[in-house]
Formats: sequence, structure tokens, C-alpha cells
Amino acid sequence: MNQSGKILLAHGGGGQLTNELISQVILPAIGGQDASSLEDAATIEIPDVGKIIFTTDSYTVEPIEFPGGDIGKLSVCGTINDLAVCGARPIVISLALVLEEGFEIGLLKRILTSAGKSSKKAGVSIVTGDTKVIERHGDTAGITVNTAGIGLPLRQARVGFDRNETGDAIIISGPIGQHGMAVMAQREGLKIDITGSLISDCAAIHNLTMKLIESFGAKVKWMRDPTRGGLSATLAELAAATGRSIEIRESEIPIDPTALAVAEMLGFDLLSVANEGKVVAVVSADVADEAVKLLRKDSLASKANVIGEIGKVDDFPLVELLTRSGGKRIIQMPYGQDLPRIC
Amino acid sequence: MCLAIPAKIESLDQHIATVDLAGAKVRADTTLTPEAKVGDWVLVHAGYTITILDEKDVRETFAVLREMDELQKR
Amino acid sequence: MNRIAEIRKKIDAYWDTLLSSGRDDVRIMEICGTHTVSISRSGLRATFPKGLKLISGPGCPVCVTGQSYVDKAVYLARQPDVIIATYGDMVRVPGATGSLEAVRGEGGKVEVVYSAHQAVDLARRCEDKQVVFLAIGFETTAPATALAIQKADREGVENFSALLSHKLVIPAMRALLNDKDIRIDGFLCPGHVSVITGWRVYEPIVNEFARPCVVAGFDDEQILKGICEILRQLAEQSPAACCVYPAVSETGNLHAQEVIHETFDVIDTYWRGIGIIPASGLGLKERFSRFDADKRFNLPVFEEHDPPGCRCGEVISGKCIPPECPLFGTICTPREPIGPCMVSSEGSCAAYYKYDRH
Repeated sequence: MNQSGKILLAHGGGGQLTNELISQVILPAIGGQDASSLEDAATIEIPDVGKIIFTTDSYTVEPIEFPGGDIGKLSVCGTINDLAVCGARPIVISLALVLEEGFEIGLLKRILTSAGKSSKKAGVSIVTGDTKVIERHGDTAGITVNTAGIGLPLRQARVGFDRNETGDAIIISGPIGQHGMAVMAQREGLKIDITGSLISDCAAIHNLTMKLIESFGAKVKWMRDPTRGGLSATLAELAAATGRSIEIRESEIPIDPTALAVAEMLGFDLLSVANEGKVVAVVSADVADEAVKLLRKDSLASKANVIGEIGKVDDFPLVELLTRSGGKRIIQMPYGQDLPRIC
Repeated sequence: MCLAIPAKIESLDQHIATVDLAGAKVRADTTLTPEAKVGDWVLVHAGYTITILDEKDVRETFAVLREMDELQKR
Repeated sequence: MNRIAEIRKKIDAYWDTLLSSGRDDVRIMEICGTHTVSISRSGLRATFPKGLKLISGPGCPVCVTGQSYVDKAVYLARQPDVIIATYGDMVRVPGATGSLEAVRGEGGKVEVVYSAHQAVDLARRCEDKQVVFLAIGFETTAPATALAIQKADREGVENFSALLSHKLVIPAMRALLNDKDIRIDGFLCPGHVSVITGWRVYEPIVNEFARPCVVAGFDDEQILKGICEILRQLAEQSPAACCVYPAVSETGNLHAQEVIHETFDVIDTYWRGIGIIPASGLGLKERFSRFDADKRFNLPVFEEHDPPGCRCGEVISGKCIPPECPLFGTICTPREPIGPCMVSSEGSCAAYYKYDRH
């Protein structure tokens, strides 16, 4: 893993280090399945009940409240989204808190109000939960939120890595990197964006995914919410899992100018920056335009666009980006959390 | 080395400017460009303005700004 | 796109002129790490005429900083009453006993800042701690450190100090040109260093070594314009110092130059891969020396030592390109970097690994 034998922050970055931790430490220890087939949610067949989709995720974010959301909204939407991209209708979620001693109750109220609002708006109830308090570790008291969720697979849904075929279109539902940059711009010590004009895209996207599946059924091949590691991680994972090369076009990728400006300032590549309210969907080429049109009707996806295509099976599957200036470069799995740079 | 980005000064309180970066408001110290005034385009590096830019040149030179203009029009 | 196509056409024309005069091999050094990243990120390398080679120079501050500096920073980060304030660039650089990131994993305090004055503010907020700012970078970044130190001096923030490793670009260019083993036909000069220094500072180099020195900005069009101008000068055998980046003036930012002179003395300093270059670094003037972390803390002596097998030194000086290093992409990757050029996201090796590896 690494020389120190200790967990680094980068292990949670969603890149190569996270994958190594899962495949070399977590799965062997619990005697779990092969890492290559791991999805963000598990489909379980229960006799006499049928299939359910089950997922869990824990959330930490600094700062706890940021423009466009907070850890409450993030944890509710994140789990809804993990269910949604598996082709499920999210039904219920749980919410568990790990609070550090000294945490402000006023702040806790705001976070939970926000979580409650998000769940009501999404039509997904919070049905159970838990609270633990631990000793304070840092200078300021922190919070970790875990949510788990259950969804029911949509009858028409046929999504999976194995469904991708040559020529399928890759769609993204809107501008990339807004969440990661909005949060980075508010970090203690950095405080780049003083008025909070750069807003996180944090949102539940199940209405988008459900509309896609209800309209196009099995022509929707695969979906993923490009969170940690951004679009780069999602596409690199797709190429690795399908064994297919992918080509995407820089000029077709929706970009938010404010996010771009902040990314340029801090030396980030927006392709590798986290999103919290976007879906990447692979659909049959023949419904690509219609799917984009359908998505754009929803305010969450008004900038949806086809950004590239699934290529053929390749010995060395690569994600290639055709740049604005006509060059080509390879998109890789980010190796951990990027850091802002100056010089 | 040395990332720097063009931005426009929106307000100035002694040597601390608030600059506009495609909508994001960022603080920048103008000590190194004391002649900078509200409305000027400046190049910001690590929280300091390091030069004043000619408005004509700005769009001509920085693809990132042309891109942003295009994006804002969309 | 048309604008870029036009410059490309010119590049091809000058290249043809060079070919017809019997030159089929031109080596241009981009000194600046941000140029390296831009070139890799836009995939430009593959679009150049065959025989036109861009080699990356010593323009990534993290890459040219000696290992002993990293070891000192890591040593300080392990002291219980010390907070390290650093640009994100330094966090992953491996020292002999680990990186700052690893020390943070052990409970050490390492804060990432965007600006030098944020480190002074941090010191003011944490009065019972010593805040040590890792002052790295070239002429562009040095004025920020200078102003932070002046601020700490003026406001009496005595728990602030800086561990200095500021470097100057021109002496390094000179050192490379004096090295018989390195061939450089022209320099793509750093845009933002030149904002501070002005573009005329390259004139003595042109006069002495007869190499084109062209200052360019950082997007594709600027880089292509700069390269085009270098090829023109080579084709017409008229090397000159000049600038295609309107942000840069002849004489640079005089205020920034004055702030540097007020705060620092020019000193000899160690560059990884090159060695000690005379008058190529900045040390604090006597009146500010109480803010010098080297003097404030009783630091052990750390040796300069490069990781075995690592060719970062040769990469930095343009003697080899990253894929020619046996460690590149095998045991040295961004996730387990051996050498500094793989650590910094603008290091040549990281840029090649991320964007140019097939």
C-alpha cells in the first residue's frame, strides 16, 4: 500500500489508492467478492419478495455547510443517487450520525433540517437512524454522516458494464466539477470564493435516471454518478471494467465558467473534480439525441450533452480526450485527491 | 510554475481588492501593483496581483477568458 | 481553431526552411512547469513536426528543491508545537523518512494555504504554536513571501517563520547552457516569472549564447506562438530576446523587484539535478533573519541524497525525458512517487505519466 502502513487522506480520494485499499485490504479481510465487479450498490434477490437494491455511504465534508448544500443534503442525495444509477426507484434511507463532542447543536439542527427537506423533495423517507458521540479530535468538532438506502429495480432497467457496445453514446447531464470546486473554494485556510458564488451541484438525480429508463428501457446501458475523482474516474473505471476504449471530446463537455476559473486558479483539472448531482449515462446511439432532449427538459440537466462514444474491445482499453486544439491525451484514474497548487 | 489568472477589480479597500473571476469573488492583495484601481484587469498569483493588464490584450491573450465568454453566452 | 491553424501553418513553413538548410532536429526547452502541464494537457506534443523536441527544464519549484529541504520540512512537521503552512505542491514530496502527507497521517499539523499571508494569519490565530511557511518558488512567488515576512515583522507575529528555498530562473538557464552535455537550441521562457522580471533580462543570455529566448503565456495559442517565434529566429539565424505574452513588459514589475531586494539577499543555492549554482537563490536579509526557520529551530543537518536509480536530475536539466528513466511508470508513479518530478502535478514525470503515457 504505502511505506508508512497507515491510512492517508488520499486513500479516501476515490482514485487508484481507494481501489487498492478495497481490493488489497478490505475485500480479502472480509472474504468478499472480486473487486472488478463491485458496483456502488448491490442487487439482492430475496425469496418471496423479489429483487431489492441496497447501498451505503459515509460522508465527511469540510466545510460542513457550503454554497449549494451541506453534509445533510449531501448524504441524503448521495445515497439516493447511488440507488438511482443502478436503475432503481429509491424507496427509503437510514441516517446515522457520528458527532464529535462540542459540536454545535444549532448547526446540527440546520444540517438535519436540510437532510429532511432533501428527503421530502425527493420523495424518499428517512425511516431509521442512529447517533453516537465520540471525543473531539481536531481543533473544531466534526461530524460524520452515514446513510444507507433501499431501492426497487425499475422493471425496464437493464444496466450493467456488460451491456456497453461499440458506438453507444456517452451522455453527461451537465457541467462538471462544481461540487469539488465549490467546497475547495470554501476550505479553511484557502477561502478563495468569499461570496460563495460558486455553487455545488449537490442534488438528487433519480428523476433523471428514472425518466431515462422509463423512456428508453434497455437502450440505457449503464449509468454512474461521477462523484469523487470526477468524470475521469468514472470513464477510466468504465473502460477498465468493459475492456473497451472510449473517446470523448473536450469541446462537448459542459463547463461552468465560475468552476473553470477557480480550477484554473488552483491548478485543478475539472475532469477529475467531484460532482454530486450529475449522471453519466451510456445509451444506444439511435436514442442519444432524444435522451439529451429529454434530460434538458429538467432544470437539473439543462446543459446535458453527448460527450463521446464507447469504442471497441481493446487489449489496452484507454480513455482518450480530443482536446480543443486538436491534440489527444489519455484520461486516467486520478491517483488520489488533487491538491491546490501555486507555483 | 506559477499559476496566475486574469481577473477584474470590483472594489478596493486600501491594498485589498475584491476581484471577479467569472462570478467568483476572490480577495487579492494589490501591494505589488499600487496603481491598480477599480475596473482594472489584473493578473492574480497566489493571492497577489502581479500586474495590470491592458483590457484589449486580456481577451486576445487568455483562451480561458474567451472560453468563459462563450460559456456565459450559451 | 482557425487562429491555431494559422500559427501551425507558420510553424510548418519555418520548419521547412530549417529542413532545407539541413536541420532536422531542434531542441526547445520550456523552463516553466506550467508550460509543461499545458503542453501535455492539450496533447500538443504529438502535433509537432517530427524532430522538433520540447524538453522540460528546471521550472517546477518542487522538483528542483533539494531532498534535504523536504527532510527539514518533515522534521519540523513532526515537532509537537509546529504547524507547517504550505502550498499544496509540497505535500506529497517524499523525503528520506516520509512526506508531509505521511506526517499528517501520523498526527502532524500540515495546513495547505493558497497565499503566503494566510500563513501569517494562521500564526496569529494559533499563538501557542510555531507556524512555519514553506517558502518555495521562483521570482513570481518570492514577492508574496517577502510581503508576508514584512507583515509579520511590522505586526510582530513572532511565532511565524519561513523555511526558504526561493530560486532564480536566469542563473539556472546559464548553468544549463554552460553544461557541455546539454544541447538547447532555444528557450520558451516562463510567462509569469517574466511578469516580475521583464523580458529584457534574457538579453544577456542571447548576447552570450546566441539562443532565442521567447516569453509566452500558457494557453495553446500562446505556446504555439512562442514556439513559432523561436523557429522563425532559428530559421532566419537571428536569435533575440522577445515576448509574445502581452502581460509581460520590458522591465517587469518594479514594485515586486523592490520588495524582493528589500527582503532578500541573493545567495548560492542547491538545485536538485544541477548542484550548487552561484547567485541563484534568495536568503533573508539580516534585519529579517529572526523569521528564518533554519535559524529559529535547531535543525539537524540533512544530506542531499537522491533516491537510487532516480533520474529526476537529468530530467530537470533536459538530459533525458521521463520515459527514459528506468523507474518511470514502473516503481515510480504518482501514487508512490520516488522522485520529485513525479510528485508535483506540474513535474515533467507526472505530466508525462498523466497525459502522454500510452
